[in-house]
Amino acid sequence: MADTTANHATSRPRRPGIAGVAADWASDQRAFKTASWGKAMMWIFLLSDTFIFGCFLLAYMTARMSTVVPWPDASKVFGLQIGGSDVPLILIAIMTFVLISSSGTMAMAVNCAYQRRRGATVVLMLFTALMGATFVGMQAFEWTKLISEGVRPWGNPFGAAQFGATFFMITGFHGTHVTIGVIFLLIVARKVWRGEYDRGDRGFFTSRRGDYEQVEIMGLYWHFVDLVWVFIFAFFYLW
Amino acid sequence: MVDVTPHDESGVPPAEVPELELYHPKSWWTTYVFSQDAKTIAIQYSGTAIAIGFVALVLSWLMRLQLGFPGTFDFITPEAYYQFVTMHGMIMVIYLLTALFLGGFGNYLIPLMVGARDMVFPYINMLSYWIYLLAVLVLVVSFFAPGGPTGAGWTLYPPQAILSGTPGGQGAGIILMLVSLILFIIGFTMGGLNYVVTVIQGRTRGMTLMRLPLTVWGIFTATVMALLAFPALFVACVMMLFDRLLGTSFFMPALVDAGEQLSYGGGSPILFQHLFWFFGHPEVYIVALPAFGIVSDLISTHARKNIFGYRMMVWAIIIIGALSFVVWAHHMYVSGMHPWFGFFFATTTLIIAIPTAIKVYNWVLTLWRGDIHLRVPMLFALAFIVTFVNGGLTGLFLGNVVVDVPLSDTMFVVAHFHMVMGVAPILVIFGAIYHWYPKITGRMFHEGMAQFHFWVTFLGAYAIFFPMHYVGLVGVPRRYPEIGDTAFVPDSVQDLNAFITMAALIVGFAQIVFLFNIFWSLRHGREAGGNPWRATSLEWQTPTTPPPHGNWGDHVPVVYRWAYDYSVPGASQDFIAQNDPGTGIKAPRPA
Repeated sequence: MADTTANHATSRPRRPGIAGVAADWASDQRAFKTASWGKAMMWIFLLSDTFIFGCFLLAYMTARMSTVVPWPDASKVFGLQIGGSDVPLILIAIMTFVLISSSGTMAMAVNCAYQRRRGATVVLMLFTALMGATFVGMQAFEWTKLISEGVRPWGNPFGAAQFGATFFMITGFHGTHVTIGVIFLLIVARKVWRGEYDRGDRGFFTSRRGDYEQVEIMGLYWHFVDLVWVFIFAFFYLW
Repeated sequence: MVDVTPHDESGVPPAEVPELELYHPKSWWTTYVFSQDAKTIAIQYSGTAIAIGFVALVLSWLMRLQLGFPGTFDFITPEAYYQFVTMHGMIMVIYLLTALFLGGFGNYLIPLMVGARDMVFPYINMLSYWIYLLAVLVLVVSFFAPGGPTGAGWTLYPPQAILSGTPGGQGAGIILMLVSLILFIIGFTMGGLNYVVTVIQGRTRGMTLMRLPLTVWGIFTATVMALLAFPALFVACVMMLFDRLLGTSFFMPALVDAGEQLSYGGGSPILFQHLFWFFGHPEVYIVALPAFGIVSDLISTHARKNIFGYRMMVWAIIIIGALSFVVWAHHMYVSGMHPWFGFFFATTTLIIAIPTAIKVYNWVLTLWRGDIHLRVPMLFALAFIVTFVNGGLTGLFLGNVVVDVPLSDTMFVVAHFHMVMGVAPILVIFGAIYHWYPKITGRMFHEGMAQFHFWVTFLGAYAIFFPMHYVGLVGVPRRYPEIGDTAFVPDSVQDLNAFITMAALIVGFAQIVFLFNIFWSLRHGREAGGNPWRATSLEWQTPTTPPPHGNWGDHVPVVYRWAYDYSVPGASQDFIAQNDPGTGIKAPRPA
């Protein structure tokens, strides 16, 4: 991934506006003049992944429409009893806050990485990973609570069986994305810490030289996972 | 559109990207088995795809034996017949055609044709193949699973796909099928990301998008489509797996099975059909677009003429790709959809005929007054055009709701899609293998055997599928192992069925000649040289044949022109290679 970075942009004069975009797209070597291979690949992967989540959410909406049993009331099911009073959606509000905040620290980490501030980058990435892990932990707590109340993929005491099925499937798929993100955050943070991107060390598997752009590519994925969560949150908890 | 460019490199933009550091294998294992070289991966993909394709071929024989001579073979029970239908369809569409066009030809041709040293991420490319192999192995395992492979039909429609009445429905068959598909999609995504990024970001100096050979355009567009269409299948597979294993009811309505109320309820079987066909229809073009692209290059090369209307060809590919995402429900006219939806999907379906017809006209106009060499790749390309037109015309029948409703689920549909997305792309695959065989191996195939293979395959395919249209029109339903005595089916249908079966057996055996030719010519074929077809595109200009590791030796080629400079007036040869800075052309240098 070291081969192509934004720094290698050519000195050729560019036409402004749409004409410039068209000229870039149709020109030789690269359609996106400032995107490296790794970044282009991550964007295209995320586009594909968007279709997966889109299909999941559309399937959820269809299931919710086709079932003949009433859908459970989200504000009751996802509420917590705190100090004797029912607080609706409190857990999910905290989870969402944590995940969205982690996007902020991730963006700061990317900024620090481009400034070659290794220590700050590592700290911010670890903080991001910690918040991601917190999110997954709270999700595990939420699953445990729902399971103890009798919610199962094949049925639940609150209403339509498809509630449990879509809930576990979609939040589980998203949680898997977050977990994978946390693992890769730790791997990239370790590489930054050891200075591998400063020296251009070769990757263990790919034997390619890495550079600080990998922090940004990691960030793209992380922001995507956040964005997806916003939609899941809206469609599952607020609808 | 003769693309005349200055004679020296000064007109070519400077390199924007430093040279790729190649991975150099250190041992036999990393050279030949766990190879990161796209060419080796391509051959691994192709070999695996063709091997599993032969399994599907044998399955089609077994089906035809049952249909041609019902009751003769005891081991072909109705259940076994359904299993043969299912596995034949699934293997041919996904594990053979998709894998061979994108994993095989995509891997071999993209880096060579765009002037790259390799795919952009060779390691992920290697993983792609091994996951594909795992998917194939899981599929093969399902043949030996208790209860056998699934017999749900290649569309795997719920609820019957996971009920006890369907072979493999309550056994391991359907589970292994779904797991195999999920693995395939994961593996394909890894490869597909590579193909797309290599085309858009990894081209050589001077290789603009509008100088790409149409083969690359076809494979590229098909890969983009696959990356957007396979997610729907992935989601459908995951959900059905949960329905089968966890007892969820995504696709399962309340059901009584064998007199017993099942615990399912409230799901939507139609949802699966939408998800499946949102993948399934683009899949038709995922298979067809690479074929379109390859056939354009074969025709241009062997007719020694530039492709007619290159720009139109490119846009037609892109428009077909985009339109194919809004036609999926034409597979569902009889699912009880609202008539307005039928109207919408019929309209979009018929609009696809326009860019497709543009392509066919342009192929024919490329041939017109060309210097046509009827060599084997060209024969296959010509056979493709007529076959595709045939299958496309019956597609116009089936795209209209009122015509589709009576023809739906008859053998007419089977004949239609075999012509248009079975036989036609397979003919291109054969043509492409013969065309690039000299480049891949450095030796020529045996012309006589190849001619024999072509004529038997081409005429035999028509002997199989032309009568099948008639069988369908008289109302014989598809997917029935035998129809028995019915008032509306005349006796002549049985004779036709026997005839079709004999033709299918002969065509199947002819493929052994193809395989033999491939292996025999490896040793005994005559030396082909670097550019036996005198073709222009970059893969024929490699320093050695077969192309070395890294493809280009010391210098990556620089591209000065499009890929179709054949029979340029005033040129010293009848072709000018893409990396030729312009010898022999008396053209004014652009100011």
